[in-house]
Amino acid sequence: MTDAPEVKHHGSDMFEGYPVDTADTPGDQVVTNYTINFGPQHPAAHGVLRMIMELDGEIIERVDPHVGLLHRGTEKLIEYKTYLQALPYFDRLDYCSPLGMEHSYVLAIEKLLDLEVPERAQYLRVLFAELTRICNHMLNIGAHVMDVGAMTPNLWVFELREDCLNFFERASGARMHSAYFRPGGVHQDVPEKLLVDIGEWIDGRLPELFGDAMSLVIDNRIFKQRNVDIATVSKEDALAWGFSGPMIRGSGIAWDLRKSQPYDAYAKMEFDIPVGTRGDCYDRFMVRVQEVYQSARIIKQCLRDMPSGPIASLDRKVVPPKRGEMKQSMESLIHHFKLYTEGFHVPAGEVYVATESPKGEFGVYLVSDGTNKPYRCKIRPTAFSHLQAMDFMCKGHMLADTTAIIGAIDVVFGECDR
Amino acid sequence: MAHPAPLVARRDGLGEALANLLGDDLVVHVHAADEDSITVRREAIASVMVQLRDQLDYQQLMEIAGVDYPDRAERFEVVYHLLSVTKNHRLRIRVSTDEATPVPSIVPVWPVAGWLEREVFDMYGVLFSGNPDLRRILTDYGFQGHPQRKDFPLTGYTELRYSEEDKRVVYEPVRLAQDFRNFDFMSPWEGADYVLPGDEKAGGTHEAPGKGAPTPMTAKEVDKADEKAGGLAKAPPPPTPKTTESPAQTGAGAKADKAAAKPSKDGAKAKPASRSAKTPATKKAEKADTKPRAPRKPKAPKGGDA
Repeated sequence: MTDAPEVKHHGSDMFEGYPVDTADTPGDQVVTNYTINFGPQHPAAHGVLRMIMELDGEIIERVDPHVGLLHRGTEKLIEYKTYLQALPYFDRLDYCSPLGMEHSYVLAIEKLLDLEVPERAQYLRVLFAELTRICNHMLNIGAHVMDVGAMTPNLWVFELREDCLNFFERASGARMHSAYFRPGGVHQDVPEKLLVDIGEWIDGRLPELFGDAMSLVIDNRIFKQRNVDIATVSKEDALAWGFSGPMIRGSGIAWDLRKSQPYDAYAKMEFDIPVGTRGDCYDRFMVRVQEVYQSARIIKQCLRDMPSGPIASLDRKVVPPKRGEMKQSMESLIHHFKLYTEGFHVPAGEVYVATESPKGEFGVYLVSDGTNKPYRCKIRPTAFSHLQAMDFMCKGHMLADTTAIIGAIDVVFGECDR
Repeated sequence: MAHPAPLVARRDGLGEALANLLGDDLVVHVHAADEDSITVRREAIASVMVQLRDQLDYQQLMEIAGVDYPDRAERFEVVYHLLSVTKNHRLRIRVSTDEATPVPSIVPVWPVAGWLEREVFDMYGVLFSGNPDLRRILTDYGFQGHPQRKDFPLTGYTELRYSEEDKRVVYEPVRLAQDFRNFDFMSPWEGADYVLPGDEKAGGTHEAPGKGAPTPMTAKEVDKADEKAGGLAKAPPPPTPKTTESPAQTGAGAKADKAAAKPSKDGAKAKPASRSAKTPATKKAEKADTKPRAPRKPKAPKGGDA
């Protein structure tokens, strides 16, 4: 309970300019502000988010998100690990799009080392990064529609997510924490059959099932009532609050790091950047829906153009030789031993490398002092900036809109809290 | 083509533009690894940010990172990363500070700075003057210390568990089931400046002299200890150590060559070297072994015997 009970009309400022009846309804005069605790264990909070909400009736006056409940000290741990040992921590940041997290990190190391990466490795990385994007959006889209009341689409798109995880398993051996991208390339080559299966899935099952699921949602009256004009963010606000990814594109700024600052093989890919027009939750949702189709386009181009060749740099001072080779050659044995104990040394310097993760700009600020361990590895999470804007986005909305707003942010706390 | 990291084109004339715009507030401008970073005066950071946003079109503040360099006088660096979505360029701005000196907050310039500054405060203890809500953000309620500082241990100081007796979560000092292991990979052949474990006898380096193994007892001390023990059988004297300070002591020479040329009993030309090339020293030692030993009298050590 707050000390200052304030008498207010419902939405006294939010409906300004609209023909809305603002006359008092019976009982309005006795409602005072009160504070509720949302989370940390709430199914619509998408993880451990605690929000202290100050409400005037059902209208949100103020939101104070408390994050950090999943803080594991990842950045500190990384300072005590070699560059290769630190890689799996990135899978565990945004556990819904693990390869997107790895991508920034390996690129940061390669930039510091100025290491060339073979073309096939770049194509494989783009292929799996886009598969990760689909995988991530499946989860978010499903969760978002479930948060506002629709059950069926979530069950359907989860099937597709399951397919993606199976593809990851076939490539890397792990469904979620793949540790597949490595400094210098990827861990191992993929079987030919996997690429064939991905191609069939992209042409068949994905558009069918996803199209079906979305046909239930995107023109649905209830879904629109719950999302259209909710948490409208202008272009200026999106810039000022450090938005990125679908959040900034939902506000109508066609900003995509894959296009503007292309990395790996993205410069050779043809795809469009979907943007929103109003900057509300519905636009952000639709941007993600369209991105799934664009990702499918990129994957098709990857499958079509992927050259054969090595899947990782042949610089044996960075990329360890394969185990079979290690059993045969003395030099490989030495390299293998050195790289899996001491690891490689990275020249002193600092880089900030950001990639377009499914949730937005995921950056890694890597400071090296020339040893085999990072001196500092600052992770720039996407959700941290987005969640900070919760207060400004929720103000004046109803309590039930919070779930739609959080759903449209696409927050995962492994990444936000690090 | 080199590394596959995101391509950011160099912004033409950025150096002059920064110098003209910021004047004395600009300390240094570095272009390294395709990235521009500038160091500015700490007091001027807020006005610098306004100018960068309004004059040079860096619309977005993406990140504020703290870095700890404990050896420096001003140990903390606060690193801001700006992004221009119209010029497609990134800029890094750096200020340094210490534990006590606050950095002016840039929340008035970018509202997103609020949480980013809170994080740097939480992790490093850097103060931001003017931040309206400088609370801890990532660590636990009631946490003490600043975990990203280099002198904060990785394991922290407290751990918590659910206590079955108290039916609640309790905080306790950290107990490590095994020692914290921090391997260092400095090669002893490339100038490790310390005594390797197990190599203490080597004496260490000039800067870190090794303590060395404990000094063994002298012969006199040994005898005294034996006498104290009471008429124990004296141990045989150790064989004279073999030295090869002059060529004669090596056993090489005409004599050894002759011995080697002599056919052996089983027809082989040379005898095994260890048998034929006996040095005077080893001969003496062998003799001593075969002879029945008389009880040893304590003798004053002879000069030049070794």
